Amino acid sequence: MKTKLLSAACGLALVAGSTAAQAEGTLNIFNWGNYTNPDLITKFEAETGIKVTITDYDSNDTALAKIKAGGHGFDIVVPTHGYVPIYIGEGLLMETRPDQMENFKNVSSTWVDVEWDQGRRYTVPWQWGSTGVVVNTKYYKGDINTSAIFMDPPDELKGKINVVPEMGDVMGLAIMYHGGEPCTDDKTLLKKVRDSLVAAKEHWLGMDYGNLEKFAKEDLWAGVNWNGSTFRMRLQNENIAYGYPKEGYILWMDSVAVLADAKNVDEAKAFQNFVMDPENAALISAFARYSNGIDGSDAFMPEDMQTAPEVVVPAEHASNGKFVLACPPDVQALYTRIWTDLQK
Amino acid sequence: MTQQNSSPSMKTAKEVEEFARRQDTKNRLLLASPAILIITLFAAGPLLIVVLYSFLTAGDYGNVKWIFSTDGWFSVFMQRDIFDDTLQIADAHVSIFWRSIKLSLLTTVLTAAFGIPTAYFIATRPLSQRNLWLFLITVPFWTNLLVRTIAVMELIRGEGVINNVLRWAHIIDDPIQMMFTDFAIAFGMTYVYLPLMVLPVYASIEKLDFRLVEAAYDLYANRWKCFWRVILPIVKPGMIAGSILVFVPSLGAYITPRVLGGGKNLMFGNLIELQFGQGRNWPLGAALSISLMVLVMVALLYYVKVSGGDDNNEHR
Repeated sequence: MKTKLLSAACGLALVAGSTAAQAEGTLNIFNWGNYTNPDLITKFEAETGIKVTITDYDSNDTALAKIKAGGHGFDIVVPTHGYVPIYIGEGLLMETRPDQMENFKNVSSTWVDVEWDQGRRYTVPWQWGSTGVVVNTKYYKGDINTSAIFMDPPDELKGKINVVPEMGDVMGLAIMYHGGEPCTDDKTLLKKVRDSLVAAKEHWLGMDYGNLEKFAKEDLWAGVNWNGSTFRMRLQNENIAYGYPKEGYILWMDSVAVLADAKNVDEAKAFQNFVMDPENAALISAFARYSNGIDGSDAFMPEDMQTAPEVVVPAEHASNGKFVLACPPDVQALYTRIWTDLQK
Repeated sequence: MTQQNSSPSMKTAKEVEEFARRQDTKNRLLLASPAILIITLFAAGPLLIVVLYSFLTAGDYGNVKWIFSTDGWFSVFMQRDIFDDTLQIADAHVSIFWRSIKLSLLTTVLTAAFGIPTAYFIATRPLSQRNLWLFLITVPFWTNLLVRTIAVMELIRGEGVINNVLRWAHIIDDPIQMMFTDFAIAFGMTYVYLPLMVLPVYASIEKLDFRLVEAAYDLYANRWKCFWRVILPIVKPGMIAGSILVFVPSLGAYITPRVLGGGKNLMFGNLIELQFGQGRNWPLGAALSISLMVLVMVALLYYVKVSGGDDNNEHR
């Protein structure tokens, strides 16, 4: 999720290691593109002498496919919550017991007993956020806390809408817009969802990732987007606002996990412990602009993060967010068909 | 002595020659074997894997289960309606296929329209200048495809160069929406694949003997006739080769449609990607890939037939 650049060709992004000659080891991190604060890596390298290499991916499915194929050489991956049970089920993660690590005490109690990793035996919180809608309020003055922004767009926004091509998120939002539960296999409802998506698409301009620029420069006025990415847009264009659809919006958390076939296990565990430190977690958030789930990190965060409406979920919208685990394969197959129909 | 010896020695020489010839063939085969092995292994091998995967069952979270199934192939052409279960033609695939063919043909026509005059221009420069022009044509190839595509985006976006110039000149008031349209895809692909049209056409125009053109004029051909009867037949193989070099990669293009087309309407390459990614249906993706290859192969066979036919005409 988040603000990934078009990855297919972006390929490797190497973070130049500090030239510490006394490097103790190496660590290969496989993470979302445009998501890792270079300062965080510099700090980690300076403190531990471990040399870090980062490789980008642009979707959970790409990452999962590469890791399942083997021979990847990565030590750490940062999957979204819905994928963690898949990774664990396929035996791809190492049970590193973060809950016994020194810095675990900092993990906010909300994020300890999570559905996808009870008691945190495998994963450490990296960042969490939501998928909602983005609107340029210069062009539309109405209520933005609704999925109608892209499902039944107001006339002002027609033809200037971008929907991120994240099948799970968009299907989830559309299903909740029609009053269903994400991952439903209720065909009457899904028919409604498909027909309304197909009808709504007439008013969309694109279905693309990496639109920070286009929103900032007002090539795009509205769409489906992630909260932190919208925050970064707002910093470049103050008219941009983030909406929490009242019909329901998607919550997610990306977590740091060590791969079962990691070569640099100690280094990887050191990294898991490192990111649970409030000061370091704050660095993660300061870059990608999402919350991190570590208590006490607020104090180290840039001031604008502490009040941002994209980051601090307003109380009246808090209960509308939903964590969605990965849908069962047969439901997924159904959704792919609807998705193909949508893009034909 | 010499006389007597010469006959058997000549016989031996013949035998030696024959032996050497056979040895030579053997050696050549032996020397070529690494290449043949590599081609079989690395060209046919992956292809066979793709074919194999297209006949397996989709895994739950990507990958495949090793159970034979024709579901992948079945869903390339047909599908059961999601809602009322009736069997129907996979119209989503057909329309995506059709869009790819349409845009690829458009790209081919556009590259021909721009590429042939360019090639003609280069071929008619003095010999000393031609290499420089050819060199300039190849310059874009030094840059990554994605970078070139993003450069096109800078040109045609709402706040891009073209719109800004037009607004500055007061030709338009509101920016023209060019990004995220089929026009953007065709424009991007035309730019990206243009050199692939220019180079083969140049190669055939360069061979054109301009005395033939003069001869045609001497024999009272008008300009049109001269072009149609003299220049075109000679340049045609280059044009056909160029068209194929442009059409084939356009059909499978992935990056350009995704960046410039905004991903709203899939092209064939993007449909395949969807199956291997979020769709988690590798067998269908594999079957779609093979279908694309078959389509390309049919186009190539047609080319061979057409160009072969032309040769016959020339000899007649």
